[in-house]
Amino acid sequence: MQLIQFFSNVAMPFVILMVVIYAFIEKIKIFDTFLVGAKEGIQIVITIFPTLVGLFLAIGALRSSGILDCAIQMLSPILNQFHFPTEVMPLALVRPISGSSSIAVGTDIMKTFGVDSQMGMIAAVIMGSTETTLYTIAVYTSSVGIKKTRFILAASLIADFVGIVTSVIVCKVLSMGS
Amino acid sequence: MLNIIWPLFIILSFSFAILFGNLDALNQSIFASTAEAVSLSMTLLGTMCLWNGIMKIAANTSIMQKLTHLLTPCIHFLFPELKEDTEIQKQISMNMIANILGLGNAATPLGIQAMKSMQEKNPDKKVLTNAMATLIVLNTASIQIIPTTVIAIRSSLGSQNPTSIIFPVWIATFCAAVAGVTATKLFIKWGK
Repeated sequence: MQLIQFFSNVAMPFVILMVVIYAFIEKIKIFDTFLVGAKEGIQIVITIFPTLVGLFLAIGALRSSGILDCAIQMLSPILNQFHFPTEVMPLALVRPISGSSSIAVGTDIMKTFGVDSQMGMIAAVIMGSTETTLYTIAVYTSSVGIKKTRFILAASLIADFVGIVTSVIVCKVLSMGS
Repeated sequence: MLNIIWPLFIILSFSFAILFGNLDALNQSIFASTAEAVSLSMTLLGTMCLWNGIMKIAANTSIMQKLTHLLTPCIHFLFPELKEDTEIQKQISMNMIANILGLGNAATPLGIQAMKSMQEKNPDKKVLTNAMATLIVLNTASIQIIPTTVIAIRSSLGSQNPTSIIFPVWIATFCAAVAGVTATKLFIKWGK
């Protein structure tokens, strides 16, 4: 358990340290390059901001109107049979469709249940370990004008499903140990 | 897609709130949600700038090439059709490394470049080849060493230890990638 914690804590500082040392040895203009990259970072956030406003509105409304709880209550008898936490269901549904909506839904779950709660951890791990499948497929196939995508949607959704189930299991096991 | 989902969410929840008298909560959430979008973007702004800056430095060093070499055996297993095509192999491994480092912006152009090179040798331009299918499935599985966006969100919500999800993410993302590749290989086998 402590080892897991150690790996989690060391990953980010280690990557940054390695990059900086490497660039220093190879005599790259480190800070100028950093600034160029950081500027691109601003652009990314500005691009997703309007989407976030729109989606936070929709997801806030789903929760505050009571319709989300209503839907969860109807679904939970089925999902509980598989020990799947119903509360993360909305995230599992939007994750393959839209990146910014899953940020909005995921943030909402972390806030509602507590960011360090088991549910909050599950939401975070699902967000970190899966990708916007449908968007990726669309970009890659349309870039070369492919019409027949054969089995890739099924294969990618299988990967997403396994990723989501593993996220739930890993978080449950970890919180049992602590 | 969002052109359908978004209005659906609004219509369903607003009419539900009016029918069941949850208007107070709804009114509050309308204004709270815009404020939340602002505060989340502020947190993301800092992290995105930092990480993009660091990764820009990484892209200008020889780290990318070195990591690309490490992937060669992996590429041989995943893309058996491309044995003689070292150029395409290189593009694919650069795409994978960029994904692993979380360089989404760099990964997509590299991946598309690999797709175009493979399309040139594709006998049927309308149908995906096995190698192209594998590349796309790998890209949807997103193996990422540092999930920066989620960490930024966690720290903006006041987590005790925002980075503690990194290792669990590695396990989940690894299992997802293995499942995706296995499914792809099986589909290819059955398709014959």
